[in-house]
Amino acid sequence: MCLAIPAQILSINEDSTAEVSILGVRRVVALDLVPQAALGDFVLVHAGYGIEVVSEQFAQETLDLLREMPELLEVVN
Amino acid sequence: MAATDRGSELTMAATDSNSFRDPVLVSGLIRKIQNLAASLESSKCVDTSPHAPIDASFKAHSVAPPKAHPNNPNNSKPNTNRPNRPIRIMEVCGTHTVAIARAGFRSVMPANIKLLSGPGCPVCVTANADIDSIIACTRIPNSIVATFGDMLRVPGSSSSLQQCKTEGAAVQVVYSPLDAIKLAQDNASKNVIFAGVGFETTAPLVAASIKRAAALNLKNFFVVTAHKLVPPALRALINDPDLGLDALILPGHVSTVIGVAPYEFIAKEFGVPAVVTGFEPVDILQGISQLLTQLANGKTTIEIAYSRAVMPSGNPVAVATMNEVFAPCDANWRGFGLIPNSGLTLREEYVSYDALKRFAPEIEATKEHQGCLCGEVLRGTISASDCPLFGKVCVPANPIGPCMVSSEGSCAAHYRYQIVG
Repeated sequence: MCLAIPAQILSINEDSTAEVSILGVRRVVALDLVPQAALGDFVLVHAGYGIEVVSEQFAQETLDLLREMPELLEVVN
Repeated sequence: MAATDRGSELTMAATDSNSFRDPVLVSGLIRKIQNLAASLESSKCVDTSPHAPIDASFKAHSVAPPKAHPNNPNNSKPNTNRPNRPIRIMEVCGTHTVAIARAGFRSVMPANIKLLSGPGCPVCVTANADIDSIIACTRIPNSIVATFGDMLRVPGSSSSLQQCKTEGAAVQVVYSPLDAIKLAQDNASKNVIFAGVGFETTAPLVAASIKRAAALNLKNFFVVTAHKLVPPALRALINDPDLGLDALILPGHVSTVIGVAPYEFIAKEFGVPAVVTGFEPVDILQGISQLLTQLANGKTTIEIAYSRAVMPSGNPVAVATMNEVFAPCDANWRGFGLIPNSGLTLREEYVSYDALKRFAPEIEATKEHQGCLCGEVLRGTISASDCPLFGKVCVPANPIGPCMVSSEGSCAAHYRYQIVG
């Protein structure tokens, strides 16, 4: 139930809603809880509301950390 | 990043999504977990019982006052005095329940690591009395009950929203409370009553929708508030002597909203490690490995292994919105009974949106489902397949309890992915 999916903001309306693209599907979400969200940002959408602005950079950092673990060498070699 | 770079960013996102399911990373993490489990194994003996025995006389109970936890740093050193049994790691999020079941991670865990599912499905923990209250709203004249799809088939004492709908009641499934507001705008002569169920991920947007209704001066939009708060339930779980939890996988998107501060007591008061974890296979294994690392090192803290979606401070706007509209209240949880300050009620300024206060519908006397052990499943004291009804009279096509109804319920996940134990 707490599923949340990243979506990119395509346009922002005057009533704090925005048109977003979720995996290519367009829908309207509310930005009440992420007032800082800007055009082109990715927001995590839960039940029609953006709940956080997310950066792909964070994902890359997590992956970089994972790639440092020594056990990877054991399974790669 | 400039708008022109968005295309490449989208491509990168797709690549990352794949990486979080990378079999090499998964294999490496499983190896790491095995190594950590072996080092923890050498520090203690292990018994072979798969879980705590089923207490046939179990009844829903109120939360016991805090007591010394085996890992409590105030009276003992972590890592040296865990009981003689497997290390018990619990997740408390329905999406984790499904992700772990789908990936089959229980079958690849070392023998001394036991993964438990807790009260992570908001629909499942909603007490029969609350479901009955929502069902009672379908009998309010000239009303439409708007609900998330998860709630539709959940049985109350004698009916469900689905059954009411079949019998002619106006029950409308919505994806968002925004849709319920639209429903109220389009049906000015009807009372639209939204069933507010969900944890901290959902409560802020229900609060935001009430504020939207107020701004639109909508007089025909109401809410039943059956929201639940996760940290008070975690306290109840850690205090449960039947469980003896060693570590907690914390929910991802609840934490997106509340951050880590509300979890600090888990490490500070109880010496139990806890890690906010994402939902991809690599995320979950990374969360487990961080928990085991903490146990092995004897240092417990609250960590975030899902930093791409969770800031340490959470979303302050969402928390402020939730706190502006709602106040904490005691709440009944299926399987737990009353947990202090674990629910939300509308504040005085917004009480006119409270459907139950506005219409005071007659609510039937609460009855529990005969033989259903959803309560014990939600507390993690038994596994779904230990329930005598599981897979026999209780199946997804004919669910007896909510944990088999909801796709995120432990019983539904166990049934779907054929897990035993």
